[in-house]
Amino acid sequence: MTDPTSLPEMPCRDIVEVVTGYLENALSDADRRRFEAHLAICEACDMYIDQIRTTIALTGRTVEPQDLPPDLREGLRHAFRDWSA
Amino acid sequence: MDPDAPDLQDARATEAERRLVERLRAGDEAAFMDLVDREGPAMLRLARRFVPSQAVAEEVVQETWVAVLNGIDRFEGRSSLRTWLYRILVNRAKTRGIRERRTVPFATLAGDEARGDFSAVDPSRFLPADHDRWPHHWATPIRRWEAEPEHAAQAAETLALIADAISALPQTQRTVITLRDVEGWSGPEVSNALEITETNQRVLLHRARSRVRAALEPHLAIA
Repeated sequence: MTDPTSLPEMPCRDIVEVVTGYLENALSDADRRRFEAHLAICEACDMYIDQIRTTIALTGRTVEPQDLPPDLREGLRHAFRDWSA
Repeated sequence: MDPDAPDLQDARATEAERRLVERLRAGDEAAFMDLVDREGPAMLRLARRFVPSQAVAEEVVQETWVAVLNGIDRFEGRSSLRTWLYRILVNRAKTRGIRERRTVPFATLAGDEARGDFSAVDPSRFLPADHDRWPHHWATPIRRWEAEPEHAAQAAETLALIADAISALPQTQRTVITLRDVEGWSGPEVSNALEITETNQRVLLHRARSRVRAALEPHLAIA
């Protein structure tokens, strides 16, 4: 992640690099204010942040709940019985 | 413990976890199998990130549970049961991964991948630094996304595209985004289990998410 510039306004090119820091609550108070001030006036960046949120949500849907392979599961049951015997 | 391991705040075992540990110590097989069914599939997916085959990943999972059982009497609840379990798993998987294939430690790879140049968005899409009015602003507005596809087939295609984009990432980025955004772990859980710094965890996540967004852009952007 590139460090944000010290310009009073945070330009779009910096916004896309600090978005994760913003979502992770890792920006300094000053940078968070500059970030939010920019979003309030820039529709494109606001849309970009939405797209990152959409990306995160869609990524969370890529795993199908799955079961353990039956052999492994039975192996673990036997390991438990051996251990507790 | 690895002396370079980050010293991170870690949730302590909950009351429910303490009761579960008591049941395991008492030899309660049903409680054990519940835990295996709850955590086992995610453990297997994670182990697979470090070792070259599914068979080795299954062995790592088996070894981890045996180590957990053998260590359960020493578990004091200073970390959550889950964190403890995954630390054992990751340590074993890393050791096996190194033995089977890899020579570079994961934390070193993570540091290397977190350094170096990176642009979340192609720099040519921004105005130049010397633009008189809007330096480093979007040169042309980005396109809106159609993010709620109406057809199931289209949704499946989107998810397949994400899976491909994640597969194409460098290893440490792939591991971090899988744990964070696929498995739903918190940042501290991930940096703890992988023994990487919070900062590297965040940088790797940023790079991975930016790449996945870029892969989705042509697919979801409205013409």
